[in-house]
Amino acid sequence: MDVIWQATLASFSMLMTLDDRLIEVILLSLRVSLTALVIASLIGLPIAACLAFTRFPGRKIILVSFNAMMGLPPVVVGLVVYLLLSRSGPFGVFNLLFTPTAMIIAQVVLVTPIIVSLCRESLESMRREYHDALRSLGATPAQAISVLVWDGRFTLATAHLAGFGRAIAEVGAVMIVGGNIDHVTRVMTTTIALEASKGDLVVALGLGVVLVLLSLTINFLVYGVRSLGEAKVAS
Amino acid sequence: MTGASPLPLRLESVGLSRSGKNVLKDVTTTFAVDPPKTVIIGPNGAGKSLLLQVCHGLISADTGIVDWATPQNARALSRAQAMVFQRPILFRRSAVANLILALKIAGFAKSEWRDRADGALERTGLSRHAATPARSLSFGEQQRLALARALVVEPKVLFLDEPTASLDPAAAHLVESLIDEAATSGVKIIMISHDLNQTRRLADEIIFMHRGRIKERAPADQFFTRPENDLAQAFINGELLWRRRRSIFDGALVDDETCSSEDFNKS
Ligand SMILES: Nc1ncnc2c1ncn2[C@@H]1O[C@H](COP(=O)(O)OP(=O)(O)OP(=O)(O)O)[C@@H](O)[C@H]1O
Ligand SMILES: [Mg+2]
Repeated sequence: MDVIWQATLASFSMLMTLDDRLIEVILLSLRVSLTALVIASLIGLPIAACLAFTRFPGRKIILVSFNAMMGLPPVVVGLVVYLLLSRSGPFGVFNLLFTPTAMIIAQVVLVTPIIVSLCRESLESMRREYHDALRSLGATPAQAISVLVWDGRFTLATAHLAGFGRAIAEVGAVMIVGGNIDHVTRVMTTTIALEASKGDLVVALGLGVVLVLLSLTINFLVYGVRSLGEAKVAS
Repeated sequence: MTGASPLPLRLESVGLSRSGKNVLKDVTTTFAVDPPKTVIIGPNGAGKSLLLQVCHGLISADTGIVDWATPQNARALSRAQAMVFQRPILFRRSAVANLILALKIAGFAKSEWRDRADGALERTGLSRHAATPARSLSFGEQQRLALARALVVEPKVLFLDEPTASLDPAAAHLVESLIDEAATSGVKIIMISHDLNQTRRLADEIIFMHRGRIKERAPADQFFTRPENDLAQAFINGELLWRRRRSIFDGALVDDETCSSEDFNKS
């Protein structure tokens, strides 16, 4: 009990003094996950729009696949990306394994299905609702899409927060493709895993606190975005 | 907004089915600039809303022809019309932003948006709700906002699906005078109403629908004094038509189901 208490105190003082080791790890985490989120959004939003606004054979299957992929185990995603990027894999020539880029790729794979599924759902229900009104007003397809995206911005933002939450908190994928190399690919989750297994609770707990704070912040943001949405547009 | 009226609108043998049921049957009629106000009446489920949507181009008919007189492109045609739905569909924006969006889509100059939108809110008595999210307005206010959004783009043809259904008497009166005003300024009104008193006040001409068919079409005064169709007669007298139907057939008890299936089979 005493050990834990001391570790907790030490970790707080580490946070308060903005320990270099800690900051480095936190910044890398944020860089990897935010980049992954941006890329996943660039890939996912157009796919979501396509699935929401068009009908084609096989659409249902794609839709269900993306829904299923929302729950992909990060370790398995990590493993697959590892195989693809490893020296003998198809993308081995790029030498990406054990770099932050590899971690970003793995997280893009994890986040994209979330963006696609949640954004598709939002856009589709908005479309169903607005369809007649927009046609009645004579909106062009481009005008219609911009109305749907703008009026759905709060739900779309919520979907992105959910994606970021998944990226920042996962450990399996970045561990495998990043390798948890000090000063290179060590992020919050992998550091916690490593330090805890070494018995160094101070760093692990400190980072744990940061992670919890981050996910709390995300949840507050989600809540805030929702209530802002309700207040502004009565959705 | 600008340009000539696309009327007359001609419907020929228009048929529509939904879930295997024929909900519009052999509808042949013409909507011309004159008379200005046509009111469609008939019992629930008669197909009034569907007919209006077919005219407006939101639903394409399964059979028959829907044809506007002046050959215009689809955009000009859709901009010459506006519609107020039975259930208002408002955007997740403030009341004034709803109107501005309509103006933007209709291609009005940006400098005019605000003034026109404010004017329309003023006329529908919604000025103090300009900044209120449209969807938190009361249902009656939403209906007035929907009318404001239809009027603000200055259509040539205005389709109204029970525009006063949930309005208080004063608001209903306001809406009726707005409709009159629009009609006077040359807008063709095609409107559905369940309120026979309102219909008497507003209509120049009446279309009576029953089970997907136009049963009678007549100038308003003639319709109310001497309706030709026995169902129309019963409807004006406030009778329930599905009951009435049994006695119409020479007192023979014709089961309502039999009537309808026979009706529906004939497409
Ligand atoms: N998508 C649909 N599927 C099945 N039936 C439909 C569908 N849409 C409309 N109908 C049927 O078509 C008929 C006509 O509908 P419509 O909405 O035009 O009636 P209405 O005359 O406007 O009635 P009300 O006075 O109640 O508004 C109804 O019997 C309705 O059940
Ligand atoms: Mg109706």
